[in-house]
Amino acid sequence: MAEGSKEKKHLGHIQPYSPQAGTMVPMGAQKFFRTCVLWQLVRFVVINFRMTILILKSHH
Amino acid sequence: MARLVVMGAGVSGHTAATFAKKYLGKKHEVVVVAPNSNWNWIPSNIWVGVGEMTKEDVTFALAPVYKKAGIDFRQAKAVSIHPEGKADSDTPYITIEYTDDERSGQSEELEYDYLINATGPKLNFGATAGLGEGSNIGEHTVSVCTADHAAHANLELQACIEKMKNGERQKFLIGTGHGMCTCQGAAFEYIFNIEKTLNDAGVRDMADMKWISNESFLGDFGMGGIHFSMGGYATSSKIFSESLYSERGLDWIIGAHVTKVEEGKIEYELLDGSMDEETFDFAMLIPPFAGVGLKAYAKDGADITDTIFAPNGFMKVDAKYDAGAYENWQASDWPHTLQNPTYGNMFAVGIAFAPPHPISKPITTPNGTLIVPTPPRTGMPSAMMGKAVAQSISDMIKKGATEPTHTACMAEMGAACVASAGKGLFTGTAAAMTVYPIVPDFEKYPGVGRDMNGTTGELGLAAHWIKHILHHIFIWKAKLKPGWTLIPE
Repeated sequence: MAEGSKEKKHLGHIQPYSPQAGTMVPMGAQKFFRTCVLWQLVRFVVINFRMTILILKSHH
Repeated sequence: MARLVVMGAGVSGHTAATFAKKYLGKKHEVVVVAPNSNWNWIPSNIWVGVGEMTKEDVTFALAPVYKKAGIDFRQAKAVSIHPEGKADSDTPYITIEYTDDERSGQSEELEYDYLINATGPKLNFGATAGLGEGSNIGEHTVSVCTADHAAHANLELQACIEKMKNGERQKFLIGTGHGMCTCQGAAFEYIFNIEKTLNDAGVRDMADMKWISNESFLGDFGMGGIHFSMGGYATSSKIFSESLYSERGLDWIIGAHVTKVEEGKIEYELLDGSMDEETFDFAMLIPPFAGVGLKAYAKDGADITDTIFAPNGFMKVDAKYDAGAYENWQASDWPHTLQNPTYGNMFAVGIAFAPPHPISKPITTPNGTLIVPTPPRTGMPSAMMGKAVAQSISDMIKKGATEPTHTACMAEMGAACVASAGKGLFTGTAAAMTVYPIVPDFEKYPGVGRDMNGTTGELGLAAHWIKHILHHIFIWKAKLKPGWTLIPE
């Protein structure tokens, strides 16, 4: 594995055949967008919209 | 003039009392009985537990708020309920014991026309040997259940960080301290906030971190798991959670009933009946919840506690308590009006009502130990219950309604949950989850039990911003500041 490769950076801490190896693990792009301010501003609006709908559906 | 007495001033009790006062006005009386002088926005205790907030940031004094609202506040704990009155009076009453400095230990009888039980839980540390005694936490572990507990947890955490900076590896164990615990979400938030705190302090590589819980799979959350609509898939919260734990380098033990806590070591039983132990330098283990131990008496003084309360100490309401085995459970088992079936002027909201059964599938080990997360009934649903019951009681008092007019059924309402995974204006993340309905309805939504249009989850900075904003909005609302009624539960 090359030094500084994305495998080492994002997956290097996972041991083969461990429970952690049995699931999906995010890599560079996924992690980047999680804290990308512009993208997260969009998600902020979307999540608030979803929650508003949920609240409206829940009040009887 | 009618008198409504609300026992408890947590999220559900405070919501019920404040809305009831708004609906009932000055013509009727609302009395709140609560043993604590402060209100606590419990979801932010997590941030107190890692030093990102102080106790003062998450609490405020109740007395001035209730004075402004015209609510009679008694800092006292409720001791017993007398729903039929006594020999010489038919008026129902409760007995209370004051906890404030002036009247500490004094008892009083408080008559009521309507009663809301919103006492929340007794933190049952005594259920696990070594976890604590009765309601008090022990000396081996920490807790984030109260603001004081969380402040103490942070002191212990900072001491661990200092040790790591001095080259001493530390082992963290976070999760649940009994096979019947609820509130896995709080522990979930705490382990990820600790992980970020250690990263920020530059000592993450000196820490071994492990999750332990009574969930039969990671991501059960006491709700039987959740399927989120993500990227075109109905993705199980098991995958969602395992992914996050793997990403952050956290190990996990699931299906565990902690049987004993000692200095630096726990013993536990797993679902297959095997026994094991785990060592730790720092452990935060959520205790199981129980009712606060209220007693109830009939007019002739006979003990009717078993009539009003379930064996776990929570108040019986309009739920189906004889549903039997898991295979027979239905969404319709869950209560709608939260009204006590024996005494129609009593209601229970939030954690104080007795759920008909768990949501998650119970599993009994070969040794006969029942391991199942108990259902979560905190946050948004508990506030919605408080408001619905306040509306019903208001209609009963003002309009003469003979039955409750509003419902708040966990099988018909959704929940928005924002679980912090680390604090920071630009570096924080949280999991924003919407679930509809909270209790899965497999008849209406075959396969996953929930509406995939309303059940979503995602991790990111936006969710952290929302959690932070909610902290301020809900404290604003709880203080009854301008516009508080416009803020949804």
